Amino acid sequence: MNPHQLLIPRPEGLYCPPGDFFIDPVRPVARALITHGHADHARPGHANVLATPQTLDIMGIRYGENFAGASQAIDFGDNLDINGVRVSFHPAGHVLGSAQIAVEKDGLRIVASGDYKRRPDATAQEFEPVECDVFITEATFALPVFRHPDDKAEIARLLKSVRQFPERAHLVGAYALGKAQRVIKLIRQAGHNEPIYIHGALQKLCDYYQSQGIDLGSLEPATIERGSKAQFAGAIVVGTPSAFADRWARRFPDPVASFASGWMRIRQRVKQRGVELPLIISDHSDWDELIATIREVKAGEVWVTHGREEALVRWCELNGIKARPLHLVGYEDEAE
Amino acid sequence: MDRFAELLDRLLITSSRNAKLTLMQDYFREAPDPDRGLALAAITGNLSFNAVKPGVLRALMADRMDETLFAYSYDYVGDLAETVSLVWGIDAEVEAIPGGVSLSEAVEQLHAASRSDAPKVLAGLLDRMETASRFAVLKLVTGGLRVGVSARLAKQALADYGKVHVHEIEELWHGLEPPYLSLFAWLDGKGEKPVHAARAMFRPVMLSNAVEDADLARIEPADYAAEWKWDGIRVQVVCEDGVARLYSRTGDDISGTFPDLLEAMDFDAAIDGELLVGAPDGDTGTFSGLQQRLNRKVVAPKIQKQFPAFVRCYDLLQLGEEDLRKLPFAERRERLEAFVATLDPTRFDLSPLVDFTEWGELDAMRQTPPHPVIEGVMLKRLDSTYVPGRPKGPWFKWKRNPYTVDAVLMYAQRGHGKRSSFYSDYTFGVWTGPEDQPELVPVGKAYFGFTDEELKLLDKYIRDNTIDRFGPVRSVRAEPDHGLVIEVAFEGLNRSTRHKSGVAMRFPRVSRLRWDKPAGEADRLDVLLSMLDG
Repeated sequence: MNPHQLLIPRPEGLYCPPGDFFIDPVRPVARALITHGHADHARPGHANVLATPQTLDIMGIRYGENFAGASQAIDFGDNLDINGVRVSFHPAGHVLGSAQIAVEKDGLRIVASGDYKRRPDATAQEFEPVECDVFITEATFALPVFRHPDDKAEIARLLKSVRQFPERAHLVGAYALGKAQRVIKLIRQAGHNEPIYIHGALQKLCDYYQSQGIDLGSLEPATIERGSKAQFAGAIVVGTPSAFADRWARRFPDPVASFASGWMRIRQRVKQRGVELPLIISDHSDWDELIATIREVKAGEVWVTHGREEALVRWCELNGIKARPLHLVGYEDEAE
Repeated sequence: MDRFAELLDRLLITSSRNAKLTLMQDYFREAPDPDRGLALAAITGNLSFNAVKPGVLRALMADRMDETLFAYSYDYVGDLAETVSLVWGIDAEVEAIPGGVSLSEAVEQLHAASRSDAPKVLAGLLDRMETASRFAVLKLVTGGLRVGVSARLAKQALADYGKVHVHEIEELWHGLEPPYLSLFAWLDGKGEKPVHAARAMFRPVMLSNAVEDADLARIEPADYAAEWKWDGIRVQVVCEDGVARLYSRTGDDISGTFPDLLEAMDFDAAIDGELLVGAPDGDTGTFSGLQQRLNRKVVAPKIQKQFPAFVRCYDLLQLGEEDLRKLPFAERRERLEAFVATLDPTRFDLSPLVDFTEWGELDAMRQTPPHPVIEGVMLKRLDSTYVPGRPKGPWFKWKRNPYTVDAVLMYAQRGHGKRSSFYSDYTFGVWTGPEDQPELVPVGKAYFGFTDEELKLLDKYIRDNTIDRFGPVRSVRAEPDHGLVIEVAFEGLNRSTRHKSGVAMRFPRVSRLRWDKPAGEADRLDVLLSMLDG
């Protein structure tokens, strides 16, 4: 079977003609397989959704219980036959419940990675390499300049800054699903046991992570009591990146603006955002992880999507691997 | 090296002065000798190497990485040193050893390297470093280290660190050499205060306070001398035993920028004065003329000829062996007058005193000074000694009222630190084009001059009237019948080829918010252009 007969890009998303389903469609469709709960991959309004139990839970939290006409859970490693196409979900290491989706028919296996990372993360299932004929890889950080440092060292810089500036509040911007919980967990693992204050938009997802056995320690809402700014002196506050540009941030004393993202590797990005303490922590693979993964899954062909496709395609060419960009629309390049 | 790199990284993006001071003090406390002294030299611009050219870096990369992949990378990052720091080691399987190279080891190797060896030595260092340290060392060798810290601020950090007065650091500074071991030993309480070893040292300058309403009622005209306040830059001219130096008022040595003036300095004295361009007995040039001479490493002969530098003398601090700073102003002035008469008249003249008997009379002269390069008057108590810093009482500055213009708010940018959630930096414009189809052209940017209350109102106005966003910048609705008029005060206007309007304001700030004024009635560009010609 020709790979392009098994999966093809369509305006709605990546489509499997024999199975009649989409992977991470950006518009409502009859049958959707969802890799993970980030809003640009998991949209509401599909008739049928197949995803891991945790991804389904997360979609329910974000969109309400009626996020889809019907939903079906599939555990990691289980197989399911959809119109003669065998599908299975495998951990992607991106956020809690995130999966790669393997699609197989007539001896041809394609793995759609969704978003993935290889670094250890106590808040997500570890990535599992799946050998395949075609590997569809994300390319958010697919440039040789993106080589994420050790996340523990990044958190150590945050905690050092908290000690250096005990009179200021440290506001850490982090994506509400995944990044925020990972950052909080890392802070806990570094031995910081003070309450961490969180923006209201994080509350439900943090509660959900805790319910899944991921201990995030004492979290308190970042609301002012008795109009006292001083209560946040020396505190760490975690919120969505947009919240810190908002009026909401005014309640904190002389805040240190921090942002946990792979983009913080680039100084110009740091300056543009007005960030004073960049934390290079990413839930995507960096350059080294991308190429290591491509080698590991032993794919004869690589399709590169959302991000900087050209550099990774170039690397594949240099290394004798057939590769092409797969232009899918609707995914946020900036999602971090 | 890693600790130094971390300091650089944080200084680069920290905007708060206090935070920068804290970061530097913590570094001085944590880093060992001689690293901390070398770091201090790097920050204050006293550390230089055989510069490595961008072409050398590109060649180093070409040996190590696919050219196309490097091109994609450089294109994305936009800074060569930063790109190289990030991709270095992409060809190797081994991780760098953290803390593998100390700052002093790196500096030593780079200093010892000949021009032809430098690329190899640099590559060897990069191999042993992590990303942040690679960036720091690349910035050092390419001469592109800009950390947003003035030498003055670094000296303040030293003073805070050692709990001494910054004047003490300034006085010593020019006698010290990297890595400043004796200085740190003294600040740590482990050594004697270093003695000034240098010739022609800097003497911390005396500054004035602005006249406030109540001040004039309290002081007597008869106790004060008045002189014009010239609009140049305050300098200290020092010659001693054949060593001549020109200092800015913060003690930065700017001799190299003014070779024409240096040639005329062959005396034994220290003069406090104003650096100006033009000819003392003819036309005194404007500040825009002076700007042609400032902050240049090399000054072309043509520019030197077109804008010759001279010093208008205010005060005499030292004459031969004698320190005059303990004498009252009136006596110093007499000595100054006699001394200036002996100097090259094309390079030095005397700032004249202004005769007056009443404040009202002086006020009138201040408002309509006899020369466009005068920005007000100075009052100096006749019996005042010359003391460093800004003591309240002996010296006052009484400036001409600022210029103002009514402009329309066009763009707003979020501030930093305390203001990070406020739109607090404002770009404003004035009208240009035909009357029936006017267009705004930006003429400046202001980020202070308003109260906290006004900031809240401005911020709300901006959020309610945003028409577009570019990262941290918002474009605000600005039409003849819908827009916010800001009265902007500024100290002067220069011609500028870098701005579309053709003018650049000096020291602009928000003077008043004109919520009452229709945007269409804000000033036109002609108003500003006419100020230029005046």
